[in-house]
Amino acid sequence: MTTLTGAQLIVRLLERQGIRIVAGIPGGANLPLYDALGQSDRIRHVLARHEQGAGFIAQGMARATGTTAVFLATSGPGATNALTALADAKLDSVPIICITGQVPRAMIGTDAFQEVDTYGMSIPLTKHNFLVRSAADLLKIIPEAFRIAASGRPGPVLVDVPKDVQCETVSFETWPEPGSADHPPEFDAAAVARAAECINRAERPVLYLGGGVVYGGASDHAVRLAETALIPTTMTLMGLGAMPPDHPLSMGMLGMHAARFTNLALEECDVLIAAGARFDDRATGKVAEFCPNAKIVHIDIDHSELDKIKAAHVGIVGDVRAVLEQLLPQIRREPRPAWLERVEALRRTYPMDMPGIGDVRTPYGLIAETARCVDGAAIIATDVGQHQMWAAQAYPVRRPRQWLTSGGLGTMGFGLPAAIGAALACPGRAIVCFSGDGSLLMNIQELVTAVEENAHVKVIVMNNNSLGLVHQQQDLFYGKRIFASDYRVAVDFCAVARGFGMRTADLGATDDPAGLLAEALAAPGPCLIHAPIDVNEKVYPMVPPGAANRDMVAHKAVAG
Amino acid sequence: MSIATDSAAVSALPRTVLELTVNNHPGVMSHVCGLFARRAYNVEGILCMPIGDGTCSRIWLLVNEDARLDQMIKQTGKLHDVRTVRRHPATHDVFVQLEAFFRE
Repeated sequence: MTTLTGAQLIVRLLERQGIRIVAGIPGGANLPLYDALGQSDRIRHVLARHEQGAGFIAQGMARATGTTAVFLATSGPGATNALTALADAKLDSVPIICITGQVPRAMIGTDAFQEVDTYGMSIPLTKHNFLVRSAADLLKIIPEAFRIAASGRPGPVLVDVPKDVQCETVSFETWPEPGSADHPPEFDAAAVARAAECINRAERPVLYLGGGVVYGGASDHAVRLAETALIPTTMTLMGLGAMPPDHPLSMGMLGMHAARFTNLALEECDVLIAAGARFDDRATGKVAEFCPNAKIVHIDIDHSELDKIKAAHVGIVGDVRAVLEQLLPQIRREPRPAWLERVEALRRTYPMDMPGIGDVRTPYGLIAETARCVDGAAIIATDVGQHQMWAAQAYPVRRPRQWLTSGGLGTMGFGLPAAIGAALACPGRAIVCFSGDGSLLMNIQELVTAVEENAHVKVIVMNNNSLGLVHQQQDLFYGKRIFASDYRVAVDFCAVARGFGMRTADLGATDDPAGLLAEALAAPGPCLIHAPIDVNEKVYPMVPPGAANRDMVAHKAVAG
Repeated sequence: MSIATDSAAVSALPRTVLELTVNNHPGVMSHVCGLFARRAYNVEGILCMPIGDGTCSRIWLLVNEDARLDQMIKQTGKLHDVRTVRRHPATHDVFVQLEAFFRE
């Protein structure tokens, strides 16, 4: 017979799940849990400075490793602060578990101090959520939370635990099994055969890889499919890393900031094989004109994704790796010289244009030089905005889980804490966070968390003293009426970082920015690297929001 | 949410009855109703009672059939507290027999 408090039980159940690091912030309603956590010699607590930071630290751990990560927050403002990180995890299918404190059961619904309806608020943002009504229920709920987070299409789970449930004593005979992902669903072999037939008959196929390929460990299979049938391949923002960018069949990212040839090739394709991708509007542009002549083969583990945006001619609900394993032997090798030559002609005529890539003082040059300085094991996190799109275009992401970015929710403030999480989960690896001044300001307090943990994180702030992507849209699509996107005060980021105890390198204050960059990236521990950029630098090409992907605005069009 | 059908256009839409078996706890109605609410999909009628020993409840929903219905059914099936979703024609007895209670 084991007798524990609810709080001790949570800690032991987390230990049994293999959790070794949790991020979080204590407060009144989760102090019993923190008291129990302080007694654990197996779980290390990482103190964030904002609950959203804690949530993104957990996301960084989960995205870099693929295993479920946990973060803690107190009731009320702790819980509301956690919500953005949960919403972000929902849209990008990241397995994290948030354990919040709640006011005691008897006070729920009385507008008690730091009481909010955490359960109610988190319903639309989580894959599932629980309000724990007794300590004994934790024996079921904690493993169940881990099972749900990791099963099928992964996602965030919230467990709200009233303070008196944390203090309640529970006795039990046997420990529950740790929760683990369900076996993936059986899929329809006949549909796989139809998909094979569709691909084998295709004259101009394109393979479209999403984050599901990365999460599903299916990158090798996807590359083999492309190589077997000689299929030009594109990736979503979340799918980057599924195929190396220098692979001859890679067309890079599709959509709003793709190379023009990629979007034009998609327009001509007759069969589109979508694997672990969800036809997001940033990828498809105006959806009625996306791959207008293509039959769609859609493989996804979430059946609600099939026929959601584009009707699938062949839809397969299943684990993308298992489906590709079954599909591969049925695929005929096709030389398809005409189609490959057509794609190459498009590539030659409409290549990805990256002006300034040889100059470290430009956005592309900075990204390319950074890639030369770090080894292939480095993990790249980004914030959200122009720097994110430049990095998506220019950074050679070569392997799955190398690229951590907020795709679906587009959360500014994601990058720094996610990078810290990756550094905690993958000690010994270099972590580079490309950020912008606007994004960094949204979770800048986590600089001190990086210092406290001595996380091997290099934050490269591309500083144009503006909300660059907003500035760009106002410049291009709102009659150059720049409003509320230029900052009036220029923050001294190096001084701020030093105030947090972090080393800095200012590429704007040296004659040898490449040398300083290399030196800063090579040194162990955290460092903020300040890189001033021109506010008029733009991310090109660009599909205007709502337009079809063929209608891209490019450098030359604007200059001329 | 309303049972009333005061507009001819609304009542002209074909309807469907959905039968859900769900875990019986205080958050389930929020999960189900919230799903329809946040997708701006009106639920025309709703009934819920516990079944068997009370660990599960049955929810009956009367909804208009529009192009999003298949997606709504899939999304409903993804809710972890929803065990089964069945689709019936609008002529199903459950709401027909209730009509007497909803006359003005």
